[in-house]
Amino acid sequence: MKVAEILRFATHGLSANKSRSALTTLGILIGVGAVILLVAVGNGSSKQIEANIESLGSNTLTVFSGGFGLGSSSASGTQSQSTALTLQDAEGLANKTSAPDVYSVSPETSTSATATYGGSSTTVTVTGTYPSYFRASNSPVQNGTYFTATDVNKAHNVVDIGTTVAQDLFGNNRSAIGKSLSIGSTPFEVVGVLKSKGTTGPTDSNAIAIAPYTSVEDVLTGYGSLSEILVQATSAQTTSAADSEITAILDKELGVTSSTSTASGTSGSSSGSSSSSSQPFEVLNQSQLLSTSTSTSHTFTVLLGVVAAISLLVGGIGITNIMLVTVTERTREIGIRKAIGAPKGAILGQFLAESVLLSVFGGVLGVLAGFIGSKFTIVGVKPVIVPASIVLAVGVSVLIGLFFGSYPANRAASMRPIEALRYE
Amino acid sequence: MTTRPKEVGADRPVISLRDLCKEYGVSDLAVHALRGVDLEVERGDYLAVLGASGSGKTTFMNIIGCLDVPTSGRYLLDGIDVSFLDESQLALVRRRKIGFVFQSFNLIPRMTALANVELPLAYAGIRGDQRRQRAMAALSLVGLADRSNHMPNQVSGGEQQRLAIARALVTSPTIVLADEPTGNLDTAASADVLAVLDRLSAAGRTIVMITHEHDIAAHAKRQIHMVDGRITEDNRIVGLADPPPLLASSKVAS
Repeated sequence: MKVAEILRFATHGLSANKSRSALTTLGILIGVGAVILLVAVGNGSSKQIEANIESLGSNTLTVFSGGFGLGSSSASGTQSQSTALTLQDAEGLANKTSAPDVYSVSPETSTSATATYGGSSTTVTVTGTYPSYFRASNSPVQNGTYFTATDVNKAHNVVDIGTTVAQDLFGNNRSAIGKSLSIGSTPFEVVGVLKSKGTTGPTDSNAIAIAPYTSVEDVLTGYGSLSEILVQATSAQTTSAADSEITAILDKELGVTSSTSTASGTSGSSSGSSSSSSQPFEVLNQSQLLSTSTSTSHTFTVLLGVVAAISLLVGGIGITNIMLVTVTERTREIGIRKAIGAPKGAILGQFLAESVLLSVFGGVLGVLAGFIGSKFTIVGVKPVIVPASIVLAVGVSVLIGLFFGSYPANRAASMRPIEALRYE
Repeated sequence: MTTRPKEVGADRPVISLRDLCKEYGVSDLAVHALRGVDLEVERGDYLAVLGASGSGKTTFMNIIGCLDVPTSGRYLLDGIDVSFLDESQLALVRRRKIGFVFQSFNLIPRMTALANVELPLAYAGIRGDQRRQRAMAALSLVGLADRSNHMPNQVSGGEQQRLAIARALVTSPTIVLADEPTGNLDTAASADVLAVLDRLSAAGRTIVMITHEHDIAAHAKRQIHMVDGRITEDNRIVGLADPPPLLASSKVAS
């Protein structure tokens, strides 16, 4: 009995009852399609998160002053902070001898303020910093230029604004250049509009205004401590080295004992605000943030995959069900085949081949459905197909055919010919 | 399997039964379907087994056809002891030595006449082109070569039974076993089917036919009667080498 022969019998058996075969196939199709598509959605969303985080600058370190959680010190209302970081600390980090892996240091002082132009106004996050900030934070201009080191030294009231601000106040990016807008009643001249950035959280990362550190300090935040210091390492590989260098420098400058400094150094800032009371500063490493959110979205992907796998399992049970019906229905045929000398293996093979064909056919169509589905944007996520999920889904569908078909096929093969022939 | 070298040859009996018994159930509830059957069937014979229902002829047929095994006794089929073979060995014997013709035709629906006739050859592992050739030869033998692409439900009952005979013949089996082959047919179709069996017998095939009608049994060269699981009568109608008794008349009929 050749394999081709068994397959011929199996396709014949399946085509005898087309609508039933099609519906059984549909179960596997949905299962496999769901596995591929949902894993692709999970993967797509993690890719999206990674891209967003990378747009923040992957080789940067953010130094926060202690006593503030990550959330409170990053964006809004930090005027009242009084601890730790000063401009002197920031300048201390820009030391090529003790911190060779540091490429640039950009002190930041930021606050939330209202920007007005003509009759319109909008709320912006104003950050006062150095020109190196643009590169470190991966914020290139789309129109116009950056403010310069001279602007910082002379405390010129110039500003680079985010696209949201440009749209809200001037209608478009181009017309904003050279105009003068008011931030907290002080006029600032717009020199550039920054390229649009992806938004990760609830805050609009394009509702920003970047101005020289000195001018923001003069008119908005006042003299005193910094919100944070943005440090750019020389490369993504040297980020960890830069992390320990600036930790060492700040430990020395701020007089932190060695035991806590070790803790700060090793844990970076991922330990979060729990240790903040004893720590005058925290270092946030972007690559750590990246790995954290990557693992989060990985969990999310696995979860989606499991849900889809359940539907694949249900499809598999559907195969068992339909094959049991088929075997019962064709008891007489099995009896005839046995009477004319079909060996047990041939009967087993025929029904097993039927169930495997059903599941493989469903699997292939499911891959197709997954591919088509991934062309669409689903809940704001562009699915990215994971090749392994295709291999897995198709492989699993073959196994499902074998596993869920083996019980009915075995039942058919072990029927006694006399009884099978007598069956009406 | 005990194949005795001495028995190899055309003169040994095709079927040899020694004190064959078959019981269903156990102890007190046991039903004795066969109570010691002794029988020898020569090569080329045309045997009719007559008996009322419940006489054990179906059980007899199942055992002769290797669909079932006896409880005790010995059954030599073509010199091979098949009394205690397991299921896969029995399947092999059925495939090689026996061609079945059932009362209810038992063709596989949704398969063409040709495919049905080819089926035993497929299980025997014969190649496609050869299979087709042999199946067509068997179909012409029963006069249905022009029906090869019809489905079983597209031909008449008599033609279905002749298809079944073609399927039984295609492997050139040692014996053709026909279980009430005309039981579901009208007189004209019965005559067609019996004419085919007569011609096969004339051509030298060994045929064992189970029936309960005397005029059907009249086609055979030898008749045995079964009552309550025993052979009560054994009449030879014509000699082993002679043509079947009703061959001429059936030739006229067809």
